[in-house]
Amino acid sequence: MKFRIEPFVWLAFSGGGVLAALFMPVLAFLFALAFPLGWIDPPSHDHLDAIVSNPLTFLVLFGLFVVMLVHAAHRFRYTLYDGLQIKHRVLVGTLCYGAVLVGAFACLQFLGGATQ
Amino acid sequence: MADEIRVEVARYRPDKDREPGWQEYDVPLRTDWTVLDALNHVKNEVDSTLAFRWSCRMGICGSCGMNVQGEPRLSCATFLTDYAPGPVRVEPLANFPVVRDLVVDIDDFLEKLPRVKPWIIRDEEKSVDDGEYLQSPEELEAYQQFSMCINCMLCYAACPVYGLDPDFVGPAAIALAERYDLDSRDQGARQRLDVLIEAEGVYGCTFVGECTRVCPKHVDPAGAIQRYKLKAAQESVKAFLLPRAFR
Ligand code: SF4
Ligand code: FES
Repeated sequence: MKFRIEPFVWLAFSGGGVLAALFMPVLAFLFALAFPLGWIDPPSHDHLDAIVSNPLTFLVLFGLFVVMLVHAAHRFRYTLYDGLQIKHRVLVGTLCYGAVLVGAFACLQFLGGATQ
Repeated sequence: MADEIRVEVARYRPDKDREPGWQEYDVPLRTDWTVLDALNHVKNEVDSTLAFRWSCRMGICGSCGMNVQGEPRLSCATFLTDYAPGPVRVEPLANFPVVRDLVVDIDDFLEKLPRVKPWIIRDEEKSVDDGEYLQSPEELEAYQQFSMCINCMLCYAACPVYGLDPDFVGPAAIALAERYDLDSRDQGARQRLDVLIEAEGVYGCTFVGECTRVCPKHVDPAGAIQRYKLKAAQESVKAFLLPRAFR
């Protein structure tokens, strides 16, 4: 069978789409609305800290954020390429997927910082 | 109801016109008349130079596709009364070069179709003496939907990806590949996968879904393409990520 990168990118893209659809609304609801507005009592900082510093949580969150980033980048790539007609395939691809690398690195830093 | 409707028809006669233009015709508005009936009325009674394709007049041959009011439609299955009081615009199918008036050049589609090998492929052919390849009703059902395609190319006219990148192999061809992959008598899935995994194959599709919306035969090419993407991804993961023993 021929090796092509597209199937793997697509898998990350569609996996990211499913996970984003499942988890983003929940996370956004909790951390952007419910906790700050006091609808739900927020967990204590120590408690959250303990959850995030667990290596398993770290892995799950890191994986979740990276595939969501891939999903966003992939969509944005087609928005630029097909939507805005910026016909520089390599440049657009490098910028979009490059942003994923930067984002993944930032995730690593933040989550890593939290697990210290 | 008014007894006439105005039809605005895109005209292009390469021997006379430098570029396409519009011509208006008033035709009788009858409840049982389709856009194709209107065009035939024009051709027979008003202007015999108008060029368009048709054959069966019953949604089977797939040759009468046109953009009606901007939407790819079979003109033999599109009723004038749906556009009353008019006017109704009739143009050649989008995304294809125009040969003359409403006739488009379909060579690109005809070149792409055989690339996905839409026929039954066997590792070893049975001899005639061994009898026919039998199939259960369930096995027929597995691919039947994708076999309803009449090659009308409305899905190509609706597909923005094909419009932007004519190398994209396109909805109907991929749906047909799926039709044969799902056929219990066929063993050619791997050969088709090698064609469709290329950049101009299934991954060119950005899942706009217009193909499925306009398909007059409810083939759901967008669904076929999504299934194919998943299949190609599963096979790629198996072939390149799993250790040999698990493949
Ligand atoms: S898939 Fe549907 S729209 Fe496309 S060519 Fe076949 S019948 Fe026509
Ligand atoms: S004339 Fe055959 S499908 Fe319309």
